[in-house]
Amino acid sequence: MLKFKRVTLFCGHYGSGKTNIAVNYALWLKSAGLEVRVADMDIVNPYFRTKDSEKELGEKGIELISPQYANSNVDLPALPQELYGVFQVKDKYAVLDIGGDDRGAYALGRFAPLILEENNFDCFFVANYYRPLTRTPEEALEVMREIEKAGGVPFTGIINNSNLGDETTAGAVEATFERAAKLAEISGLPLVMTTVREDIAPEVSGENVMPLTLQKKYY
Amino acid sequence: MSEKVLMKGNEAIAEAAIRAGCLHYFGYPITPQTELAAYMAKRMPKIEGGVFLQAESEIAAINMVYGVSATGKRVMTSSSSPGVSLKQEGISYIAGSDLPALIVNVQRGGPGLGGIQPSQSDYFQATKGGGHGDYHLIVLTPASVQEMADLTGLAFELADKYRMPAMLLADGTMGQMMEPVELPETKPELIDKPWALTGTGMKREHNIVNSLYLVPEQLEKTNLERYERYKLVEENEVRYESFMMDDADVCVVAFGIAARVSKNAVVEARKQGIKAGLIRPITVWPFPKKALAKAAETCKAFVSVELSMGQMIEDINLAIKCSKPVSLCNRVGGMIPSPEEVLESIKKAAGGNE
Repeated sequence: MLKFKRVTLFCGHYGSGKTNIAVNYALWLKSAGLEVRVADMDIVNPYFRTKDSEKELGEKGIELISPQYANSNVDLPALPQELYGVFQVKDKYAVLDIGGDDRGAYALGRFAPLILEENNFDCFFVANYYRPLTRTPEEALEVMREIEKAGGVPFTGIINNSNLGDETTAGAVEATFERAAKLAEISGLPLVMTTVREDIAPEVSGENVMPLTLQKKYY
Repeated sequence: MSEKVLMKGNEAIAEAAIRAGCLHYFGYPITPQTELAAYMAKRMPKIEGGVFLQAESEIAAINMVYGVSATGKRVMTSSSSPGVSLKQEGISYIAGSDLPALIVNVQRGGPGLGGIQPSQSDYFQATKGGGHGDYHLIVLTPASVQEMADLTGLAFELADKYRMPAMLLADGTMGQMMEPVELPETKPELIDKPWALTGTGMKREHNIVNSLYLVPEQLEKTNLERYERYKLVEENEVRYESFMMDDADVCVVAFGIAARVSKNAVVEARKQGIKAGLIRPITVWPFPKKALAKAAETCKAFVSVELSMGQMIEDINLAIKCSKPVSLCNRVGGMIPSPEEVLESIKKAAGGNE
């Protein structure tokens, strides 16, 4: 079972699946009876954001903090002031969805000292080996290092979220196990879980396979 | 077969362009197209001879494209609506110099700064010549991430073949969405470009790339010759997808993201007993006029589904010579019509003509 820290961060390569995992993770915390806040700290991605799940999170009593202009028609990469509360008011668990790559992780930098001082966090690297610029463990490690440098928070674990969107199969996920193990080895960090779309998850072998609920799309 | 990868539409264009032998990219960041430039910035320095340059403006970028194209190399730029407006002068010069190039427009809402959400309201600009003078672009409209990649390769081929600029007319959704894609592994076949500025080697007359003609008769002749080529493009390069059209009473016409939504609506209409079909133009210039004219022989009505105030609808009316009613189902400002909205329009079109 998962051992939750007060603050959990999800970082990784662009499009690796951070937002979906962050939303699901918040739901897991909630179903474990914990109070949770989700913070959308993505300042680089214009579409398909945590904010798309605002209603679903709200219904479950999960608070969402997102940039004022998220999903609007302006492109203002600014973070809301409420974000400080996530780190300074420690009454709830916090799930942080960080923007992709090092460019997205820069936004984390100003909060890194608060996170490190509290020292009750997990920072997960989300990897999808079907993304073209992180096909190998070595490429993924390079992205990890760039993100750590930009965000200032060291990783504590790895999540294998390898998928091919609608064409994901159990076999496609299992085909990445070797690469996932290799990244754990060369980075010296544990592979915390493998996340798989919920309709396929039961077919996937291996330990710590976690089913993901995805957002619906109509095109 | 190569292994599939999961890509954003913008990334798929970039990677496909590199695999099509495009080693020169000039651009300027703008949402929702930025990942394309970012991908090029990451990949180009790792490729021998690869050049990524973030220009000081879109105007500078398109003129760099003009310069490289004159040397016969495959070259591209990309932007989103306001940035593509800035490029129009350069595009006209490239067309006027009979040079191939690829321009990508990942459209967003307009006019003006508009917004960063998806749109298809640059249809007129793309198909009717956004810049000055008599010219055309070959305009391709992808409706999946796989097509973002495939049509990029095709755009380069066609541009080279007909010596004219090609445009990939996408929209924010197509640029941002992620889907599995299979990329070409083979090296592209590049055609000879005897007109290119590659140095004479003291063995031939020097080539001139230019769009200025001092003698009006000569400019007229050049224009006429160019339009002979455009005629060939219209005859040979029309591409479209026909879906459930065999016995259709209502013909939905849509491209890109609007076509994806429309397809779902057509399937739903069929379930409800309405004979609907879809014609999805893949090239919007040349426009699939003949396919639509043929559909007009048997269909009762047409529905144009667009993320604009109604631009392609004019080409539909021209293609069918206003022989059947054409209604518009649209959302604008960054909004996308829902399958329910399209279905409602199909129902109205089906019922209104009985």
